[in-house]
Amino acid sequence: MLVDKIPALPAFGEACREAGLHSIIRSMKVTAKDVEHVAKLARLGLTEDEKKRFTEQLSRILDYAETINKLDTKNVSPTSHAIPMKNVFREDKFLPFEDLQEIIANAPKEDNNIFSVPRIME
Amino acid sequence: MELFELTAHELHAKLDRQETSAEEIVRSVLGRISRVENSVFAFMTVNIDEAITKAKEIDEYITSGKKMTPLTGIPIAIKDNMCTRGMLTTASSKILRNYIPPYNATVVEKILQAGAIPIGKTNLDEFAMGSSTENSAYKVTKNPWNLGTVPGGSSGGSAACIAADEAILAFGSDTGGSIRQPASFCGVVGLKPTYGRVSRYGLIAFASSLDQIGPLTKDVTDAAIFLNSIAGHDPKDSTSVDLPVPDYRKSLIDDVKNLKIGVIKELLGEGIGSSVKSSILEAAELLKKLGAKVEEVSMPTLKYGVATYYLLATAEASSNLERYDGVKYGHRSSEADDLLAMYYNTRREGFGPEVKRRIMLGTYALSAGYYDAYYLKAQKVRTLIKNDFDKAFSKFDCLISPTAPSPAFKIGEKTDDPLSMYLSDIATIPINLAGIPAISIPCGFVNDLPVGLQIIGKAFSEEMLFRVAYTYEQNTEWHKRKPKL
Repeated sequence: MLVDKIPALPAFGEACREAGLHSIIRSMKVTAKDVEHVAKLARLGLTEDEKKRFTEQLSRILDYAETINKLDTKNVSPTSHAIPMKNVFREDKFLPFEDLQEIIANAPKEDNNIFSVPRIME
Repeated sequence: MELFELTAHELHAKLDRQETSAEEIVRSVLGRISRVENSVFAFMTVNIDEAITKAKEIDEYITSGKKMTPLTGIPIAIKDNMCTRGMLTTASSKILRNYIPPYNATVVEKILQAGAIPIGKTNLDEFAMGSSTENSAYKVTKNPWNLGTVPGGSSGGSAACIAADEAILAFGSDTGGSIRQPASFCGVVGLKPTYGRVSRYGLIAFASSLDQIGPLTKDVTDAAIFLNSIAGHDPKDSTSVDLPVPDYRKSLIDDVKNLKIGVIKELLGEGIGSSVKSSILEAAELLKKLGAKVEEVSMPTLKYGVATYYLLATAEASSNLERYDGVKYGHRSSEADDLLAMYYNTRREGFGPEVKRRIMLGTYALSAGYYDAYYLKAQKVRTLIKNDFDKAFSKFDCLISPTAPSPAFKIGEKTDDPLSMYLSDIATIPINLAGIPAISIPCGFVNDLPVGLQIIGKAFSEEMLFRVAYTYEQNTEWHKRKPKL
């Protein structure tokens, strides 16, 4: 499909919208390939059925999410926290944890108080 | 009246007069749980033995003449996304099915210091993602008013256990309405405090710029008492705000004369049920009769709240939930031959459909090429929504709206349609985006199901909310009704 080859640049979406080409954006919203790519980024295993369902559902949700494009935000700065925040520093001080065993007891696999994971290097 | 039916302030008065003991209270509540829990399903865990032991300790403490706090001897239910040391904390997820926290959330530590008794952990939508508690990996909590309907969510277990008298007070957490919407559906009081008013340390994170812990209670007085004991700065949560905490009981004043109250026009229009709308207009009329100046206010950006929220909250969630990788705690797949397979399979097996959907949506909104169009754009719209509130609060002392567009819906009604589920939070979401406080109180019934009135204030104006909510409550009888179980 041609639309799959077009790089996913937001500017492209904007340009289409300005040109009134809503149908193009709509039809290319989320493809099965996008779903696979995003699942890989999220290290999330999906079943075939989930892939199919998410392709359709994410497209619908994003169609709805795009209603915010009706708002002009040209000179608006983004808000990440609604209540004014500043960085909080504290002393870089070592404090022992009360009971190490309570932490280690939660480990799916441990070896002498060390979290054990599958081999990562040959 | 049985002890389990009473409020925290009523029980405190009885304890103070030595008319009852903590043990009697705990046994009364546990008895109630054993009678109704198999129809409500509000709890993940009930602390039978620990609660009785703790109650005996508290009684010794009281008889030795030591000073009580308003929470001493009061059974409190804790939403299962708050860490309780030595006590299973699942967030109603499979991935944390065996997680036993090695520490307490700050709010849990505070109520323990105050002498309260944790009675159990309540069911929620997995990781607090949902509006009906149907997304729990374990059970579907039922609305005590009609067992065929949902209790709302995500704090559905906490709201239902208060409505069913299975606890005296309950903790909820609210990211887009998760305290207020279930409070509305279950006919109880639910407060989302200002962002930063209550420490989030030990709350299992969903969307860190929106999450806030708050009380679910049987009346407004209890909400004020409960907030008194959990509010305040915490060095362990750098987003908690270092402002003095007033005594919220002092704001329980039965008087709204000359207060300016705005009725939000956009939250009484399209998509809001007509019977809900008339309940809210009647509440507005009553406040007017009691001397408030009530006027309509237009806030045109609010209708973009849900769209904005589902981009920002999912983006934050996708990042927060990266920690569930099968390494240090929680589930690890048995199919974990290499590191990548361990990640993929652990997360495939451990997360439910809604959590996966939100991780996908959030990862998509943050991914290269889409960041500006979705995430950054939504952050800018968040500014516009906040500006709309700032503008409204330059004219009004507080604002009112319905808490939810409808009363409780049927179990299963919206599970196949995520978008329509998301839209049930249309009136609560903008409040989280703006970081401000709001309270939901019962204001009527439609087909024997409760309707909630949402009162919204500017940042750190919880006193104003308590005053208006208290006045409304003193002049109505809705909060006195109990479901038949």
